[in-house]
Amino acid sequence: MSAERTGEAAASGPALPRPMVAARDAFGQALVDLGAADPRVVVLDADLATSTKVSMFAAAYPDRFFEVGIAEQNMTSIAAGLATMGFVPFTSTFACFASKRATDQIRIGIAQPRLGVVITGAYSGLLAGKTGKTHQSVQDIAILRSMPEMTVIVPGDAVEVRAAVFAAAEYGAPIYLRLTRDPSPVVFGDDYDFRIGVAVTVREGADVTVMTTGLMLPRALEAADTLAAEGIQAHVLHVPTVKPLDVKAVVEAAERTGLVVTAEEHNVLGGLGGAVAEVLGEHRPTLMRRVGIRDTFGESAPNDQLLQKYGLTAHDVAQACRELTATRR
Amino acid sequence: MGSDVSHDEVARRLRRRTIDMLWRAQAGHPGGSLSAAEILTVLYFGAMRIDPTRPDWADRDRFVLSKGHAAPIYYATLAERGYFSPELLTTYDELDSMLQAHPFVGLPGIDTCSGSLGQGLSVGIGMALGARLKGSEARVFVLLGDGELQEGQVWEAAMAASSFGLDSLTAIVDANRLQLYGTVESIVSLEPLPDKWRAFGWNVLEVDGHDCAALAAALCAAAAPEITGRPTVIIAHTTKGKGVSFMENSVEWHSAAVTDELRERALAELVSGAAS
Ligand SMILES: Cc1ncc(C[n+]2csc(CCOP(=O)(O)OP(=O)(O)O)c2C)c(N)n1
Repeated sequence: MSAERTGEAAASGPALPRPMVAARDAFGQALVDLGAADPRVVVLDADLATSTKVSMFAAAYPDRFFEVGIAEQNMTSIAAGLATMGFVPFTSTFACFASKRATDQIRIGIAQPRLGVVITGAYSGLLAGKTGKTHQSVQDIAILRSMPEMTVIVPGDAVEVRAAVFAAAEYGAPIYLRLTRDPSPVVFGDDYDFRIGVAVTVREGADVTVMTTGLMLPRALEAADTLAAEGIQAHVLHVPTVKPLDVKAVVEAAERTGLVVTAEEHNVLGGLGGAVAEVLGEHRPTLMRRVGIRDTFGESAPNDQLLQKYGLTAHDVAQACRELTATRR
Repeated sequence: MGSDVSHDEVARRLRRRTIDMLWRAQAGHPGGSLSAAEILTVLYFGAMRIDPTRPDWADRDRFVLSKGHAAPIYYATLAERGYFSPELLTTYDELDSMLQAHPFVGLPGIDTCSGSLGQGLSVGIGMALGARLKGSEARVFVLLGDGELQEGQVWEAAMAASSFGLDSLTAIVDANRLQLYGTVESIVSLEPLPDKWRAFGWNVLEVDGHDCAALAAALCAAAAPEITGRPTVIIAHTTKGKGVSFMENSVEWHSAAVTDELRERALAELVSGAAS
């Protein structure tokens, strides 16, 4: 039962503003601390170290940092070779490149032999620092989720990023770790007990379930506050591991309210929404709405405008919940 | 030498085993397997520091078959060298067999998967970097096809290997001049190939890839102190299909099923060594 793994008490009283921390900063610091604890950890970069913040690891452990230049395929296969020698490699580039430029290298070199390589995808989703559709990543979850042997982790805040980095190093099998660029609200406390493959109930409610992954978590919590004021109690199940999906938690959360909204900063095809629909379709058919990018590429613009245009705000989540609950009346 | 018999005789045995595997499976790649017989022989029965009874020995030399479609002769080599029973070779390409069409981890002696061309040199770089980080003396050998060199990733790796100063890394090109659909020269030329590698910072050696003594000398020279800080490539000039007259220099025999009759003819030639 996932209720015992509740990360945050159900909202009671007005929500305090959450501190903002960029996942990439948390990622860089986590790698530095992990590197101190685990000498097997090595980091590979394809000329984006200052953007992804693996530069912090490079400064701390120059002999365990490999800069391969702008060559993502080479980087990925080199990581495979290092893993066969007993190291725990983290590769680092943008999510768009990690998932597409080196897909075959991931398949043959890492997934098929089931090597413990952590493929990190920075700047995922639409918030890629005004770089537009070439650098945004709306397909990476779908691509890596369809890769046999691959585990896909999409942290929802800086605390979860840090926990996922440490858990990934111990995992011993291929992981895709999806990261983000800009400051986002911190949701979890320092005592948060992250586990790969486990979904967490972040808020209890009886009327509609919102399942989130990545940065849609704080947006969904904001939506839940709004809905509560309207008399709709939203249950929020956060799903940091999109694959393997926590089937039990997903089915239970769907049964609890009978209505499910999924929310992800990714194409509605093949990501969390797809994964949940597949599972519920087999185990417990449930009326759903998928909040996400509607099978389109993005564009370059300020973050808030992108989230609005592509339907990824707290308002969009709340609206999907309203539509679903309205079907009951 | 891991055996009393001559390198040439080992190479002949590998060819015979390969023909049998391909005939049994009615699938596989004869041409690119046969051209690599001497290269694999000299590596596994001479140059490489390995112990078949301890395939996981940490300081063993590493081998990557980047041209993974030559798996049959690679399996024959591992069996002949004692990594597993030659009887296992009869399961090549069968359901649930460890001897998959292309190399797969799990079979003793195999450290990495291959079969999608162009990736093995990068994997070898990772192994060489790992060995250096651990203070291990292990050398790393990567066997590539010449057609395979058309893959861009090979040249990403070539740049990186010299940039990282990986003198423990040796690439061997099975330069049989043919690829799947024709000659390498007519499809996309690699020439001047030695100059290309030199320009990428490599120590370049060229040998007759069917001359075991020359191959052994080149593999030894690749570890010479005067090339410290530079990886070595051995361009081994070979004949595709070598050892079986009707398969030699033939694009048709890149991948084709061996019939009962042709198996007999091939094995007869490989007993007498007629074509070599
Ligand atoms: C990435 C990739 N593309 C295509 C193929 C299909 N393929 C298998 S072997 C081959 C030709 C290889 O030629 P070469 O490297 O010269 O090898 P050899 O002649 O020694 O068999 C091709 C195109 C493949 N295995 N991998």
